[in-house]
Amino acid sequence: MKTKFLELKNVSKSFGKVNALERVNFYIKGEPEIVSLIGDNGAGKSTLIKIISGIHTLNYGEIYINSKKMKNWSVIKSRASGIETVYQDRALAFQQTIARNIFMGRELTGIFGFLKSKLQFAEADRLMRTIGFTSKAFASDSIVNKLSGGERQGVAIARALYFKANLMILDEPTTALSLTESEKVFDFIRHAKESGTSCIFITHNVYHAYSVSDRYVILDRGEIVMETDREHTTAEQLVKDMQKIAQSHDKVREGIKNGRS
Amino acid sequence: MADLEKKQTNLDCNPEFRRSRGGIINFLENNRRPLSALMVFIILMLFFIIAKPKMFLDWGIYDAVFRSLPILIVIALPLVFVIVSGEIDLSYVSNMLFSLWIFAAAAKAGWNPFLCMLLAILGGAIIGLINGVLVNHIGLKSIMATIGMKFLLQGLVAGGSSIMPIPLNFLKDTLFYNTFVGKIGNFPVQMIWAVISLVIATLLFNYHKFGSHISCVGDNLESSREMGIRTVRVKTLAFLYVGIASAFAGVLSGLIYLSFEPVSGSPDELMLAVLASVFIGGTPTAGGVGTIFGAFIGACTIRFIQTGVIEIGLSGFWTQFFNGLIILIALISHKFHKSR
Amino acid sequence: MHRNHVITSISIFIEKNRRALSALLVLSAMMIILMIASPQVFLNPLMYRSIFKTLPMFFILTSAMVFVIVSGELDLSFESVIGLAGWIFVLTLKSGLSPYLGVLFALIAGAFVGFINGVLVTRLGLSSFVSTIGMRFLIRGLIHIGTQGEGIQVTYLNGTPFYNTFLGSIWGFPVNMLWGLGFVVLSVLLFSYHRFGAQISCIGDNQESSREMGINVATIKTLAFVYMGIASAIVAVQFTLTNQTFYPGTGEGILLVVLAAVFIGGTPGWGGIGTIVGTAIGACIVKLIESGTVAMGVSYLFKQFFYGLIVILALIGHKLNEKRYRY
Repeated sequence: MKTKFLELKNVSKSFGKVNALERVNFYIKGEPEIVSLIGDNGAGKSTLIKIISGIHTLNYGEIYINSKKMKNWSVIKSRASGIETVYQDRALAFQQTIARNIFMGRELTGIFGFLKSKLQFAEADRLMRTIGFTSKAFASDSIVNKLSGGERQGVAIARALYFKANLMILDEPTTALSLTESEKVFDFIRHAKESGTSCIFITHNVYHAYSVSDRYVILDRGEIVMETDREHTTAEQLVKDMQKIAQSHDKVREGIKNGRS
Repeated sequence: MADLEKKQTNLDCNPEFRRSRGGIINFLENNRRPLSALMVFIILMLFFIIAKPKMFLDWGIYDAVFRSLPILIVIALPLVFVIVSGEIDLSYVSNMLFSLWIFAAAAKAGWNPFLCMLLAILGGAIIGLINGVLVNHIGLKSIMATIGMKFLLQGLVAGGSSIMPIPLNFLKDTLFYNTFVGKIGNFPVQMIWAVISLVIATLLFNYHKFGSHISCVGDNLESSREMGIRTVRVKTLAFLYVGIASAFAGVLSGLIYLSFEPVSGSPDELMLAVLASVFIGGTPTAGGVGTIFGAFIGACTIRFIQTGVIEIGLSGFWTQFFNGLIILIALISHKFHKSR
Repeated sequence: MHRNHVITSISIFIEKNRRALSALLVLSAMMIILMIASPQVFLNPLMYRSIFKTLPMFFILTSAMVFVIVSGELDLSFESVIGLAGWIFVLTLKSGLSPYLGVLFALIAGAFVGFINGVLVTRLGLSSFVSTIGMRFLIRGLIHIGTQGEGIQVTYLNGTPFYNTFLGSIWGFPVNMLWGLGFVVLSVLLFSYHRFGAQISCIGDNQESSREMGINVATIKTLAFVYMGIASAIVAVQFTLTNQTFYPGTGEGILLVVLAAVFIGGTPGWGGIGTIVGTAIGACIVKLIESGTVAMGVSYLFKQFFYGLIVILALIGHKLNEKRYRY
């Protein structure tokens, strides 16, 4: 079996008295896979993500990339390892073109910093087709806010792809989207996996998670309480498991949630 | 998730919610901004006192300050509402001029001065409404729309009056005059009007639904709309408030200087002084939060700089320098006092 | 097939340059109306001569302002920067140094103030609207204190090669217009064809996102302010040479007019989008109103009225254009 791409061992993180994550063991396989991170608010999903992308430092535990232990993990190192995070509302500049968004911060330039616009246009075009963007109405110099919700996510995904991300983290990409739009996003993600990019997919929606992912990791109160994959469960089963978890922690969780957020 | 956090602040913008926790620490916490402004003001005064201790014993100072301070206050306080709601208004000086023109023309024609003032205020209110409509109903960006209105009004007044000033000496010492800018002993009455406007603005902003709606709208327009606040109406009312206040200030200035002058030497100075009062007072440009009392202190700061500088013997040239310095110091101090 | 291709190309061109074209439409309409209403004024080349004298300064200031506004900020201090740069320029001359050195020092002063504005906004996190107002007062105050209210004459520069570099004519075409147009061209290159412009647009559009994608927001924003400072310095030199004198109020009075030109030209206030060409056209419109009303003998104060009217109409026009694009 190939070495795991990413591995978190015994990772804990607290903010003051609040334990956001406790002894979490999480991994992403060496072969491209799509993993759903499921859990209620305050479960620790975004903390886990922020640790992976280097925004938070961990209080305890270790991070490995390709079995190599990483010291002084940071945003720069995370990006250098090929990890890209896509936040829901914050990813794109809506009044700019698709091409400009894809190359945001990493523009292709020639001498004296002048842009290679044609090259960017062509590359953006190629990428959008790679993820399966088939709309005939838009080209890479279309403005992003003309696109539908799902298509916009596509741009963010294409961006992660261009920079040969090994791992793409999507924070609630389909929460505000209709069914058809969500399907488009799933399609993009599947194409991305085919191109060699793994994906961590955070969501509340268990059905969405089931439909697109290979593996499911359920977080509750900072711990991973369940881990399973497609072969071993169904969507309905997942929903039942989630409900069980919710019920057993209802009262206690109320109190902790207020402290945690 | 971030959206939920944003919605939470909506409750915070309701002043009742803020005040529900008691104690002195909380008082300091909740009133950071005006207290910061007060601190800047006190430091400024200390500076003057050290430089020339006798200054504050001279009534002449206060006379000079209180002459023009009320005008600043009357406009700056309603302006806080506009800024907190997330917009800006740069037309108030021209509105002042426009309203004063109406007043002066009517007064000269022999109408009852109280009626003239009512007309002037009506005029100012209409301008305020127009601003509100341009920005909130048509959706123009407030900075430019109000700049446009400023030019429009200025030109209208100048052209309409054929650049002829209208002297208002005939109003001196009449009942009307004494009601608004007379003297009680040595104390100028207009300052009392300024305090009245302070009370009104404070009540509206901190204790009335209007103020809490303004804060909510400035904080998060979408959430406010969802919660049922009529955002367009609230924001337009803020512009109306500034319009009415500008008219009142216009008439006051006409009475103080006993004249209507269609062309003023440096029109931008008053505009910037009012803005500076609001910002020195601690109301940030971003909207959502604001302080009426802070703007009051800010106005006092600006006026005292002007007078104090000359008193301590520096040439009038230093006034602008101090204005700029105080603005920057106040901004920085507000920044570091910010609760986050 | 061929015909379709042409139409598509034209419509794509219109789409991409919507704003600038709107501004052009307004300018053209204005010129036609004015030429019909008052042909003796508006078909008279002399009037355009007078416009050309001061138009370049507007081109320069407005082009640079676009960068600041697109990045999501405002610079209300440039009038005072013009004063400061002009003052330093004449001081250098009075010390007997070469006027070219004077220009250099003026540019450095302008860039320096721009740098400070940038620091206040990006490092201290102050609102650019208010902090540039503060700087405006501060610097103007310094100038007044330093000059004690007195102006300085520089008439002796007339006719020198230095003078001709800035204000001479080449075959009857005023050189300062070349400087103005040159600056506009430079700004267009920087804005639409250079990484700087791309990053400015992204920052103004979505600052958080830009930061996350690795754009150095603080540096880029500061550079926009520095660019504005340099523009102000250039204008200061031009202005001082044109009027052959420096007085403590140099630069005052154009704050709102410059802003008006930018907005009329189609750069909306909310950042992320802008057009240099549109802004230059906006400057032409504003200048036309100004010189036109003077030449027509209309009371100079009615000119204000027209400014206001045009500004509001232009804004409404752009707004109607916008309806489809605001998210």
